[in-house]
Amino acid sequence: MKARVHVMLKNGVLDPQGEAVRHALGALGFDGVEAVRQGKVIELDLADGTDEDQVKDMCEKLLANTVIERYDIELG
Amino acid sequence: MHAAVITFPGSNCDRDLAVAFENAGARVSRVWHKDTALPEGVDIIGIPGGFSFGDYLRCGAIAANSPICRSVVDFAGRGGFVLGICNGFQVLTETGLLPGALMRNANLKFICKPVDLTVETTDSAYTSGYGQGDTISIPVAHHDGNYNADEDVLARLNGEGRVAFRYVDNPNGSAEGIAGILSENKRVLGMMPHPERAVDDGHGGTDGVALFRSLLDQMATA
Repeated sequence: MKARVHVMLKNGVLDPQGEAVRHALGALGFDGVEAVRQGKVIELDLADGTDEDQVKDMCEKLLANTVIERYDIELG
Repeated sequence: MHAAVITFPGSNCDRDLAVAFENAGARVSRVWHKDTALPEGVDIIGIPGGFSFGDYLRCGAIAANSPICRSVVDFAGRGGFVLGICNGFQVLTETGLLPGALMRNANLKFICKPVDLTVETTDSAYTSGYGQGDTISIPVAHHDGNYNADEDVLARLNGEGRVAFRYVDNPNGSAEGIAGILSENKRVLGMMPHPERAVDDGHGGTDGVALFRSLLDQMATA
């Protein structure tokens, strides 16, 4: 089974990289991009029987820094 | 004083930190990240700068979960002294020994230059050799030194005198210009600037000497 973890900076935490991407899009002529937030996607191949709680534990302990980041788990 | 300096794959200031401790009069043991125990009789652990594990995932995140870091957390829990510089500061926030997090510099640039710091408290073994409000020049060299913490944490750090150093001209966007913070018992210090790179005339400045000397003085009298 697979799990996909999306890690994003929490709302309210300034994302300088997203801001730089927004500027670059504007420079390319893409008007109307009001905000960009950049995050990461982590794909996990898991042994059958691994449950969401275990993935949550992985997020809390390593995959996300919950001081500044939030995460969403997609199992599939 | 017996100092242990930890080396992770990708650490690059470990030798400089060891030399700074030695020049101040400490005995230094070098410790590899896969070691599970600290040497006997260690008074202070130094976590050096560099790019542990290639900064993969997040700066300091993999190192914070290495075998030796369990011993570091236990050591700090028993009241041990831990000094984390640059990547070492990132490791300390990732272990939870210090609050907050270090994010990408606000201007997205790697900043490598001497910067002026204000000494915000002299009430710690690390800063007692300076004067309150002194301005000292210490080099920074980092891409991810933008200190971030929520308002409650900042209020607590300020209220408890746990901000050790602030930037005079905030180079990286850090909250309230914070360059270094102390733990509740003031025995764990994390800072982005490199005092070990300012301990010899050949470095271009010696403002870091007082940090290592005052540590030794405090330990000698303890």
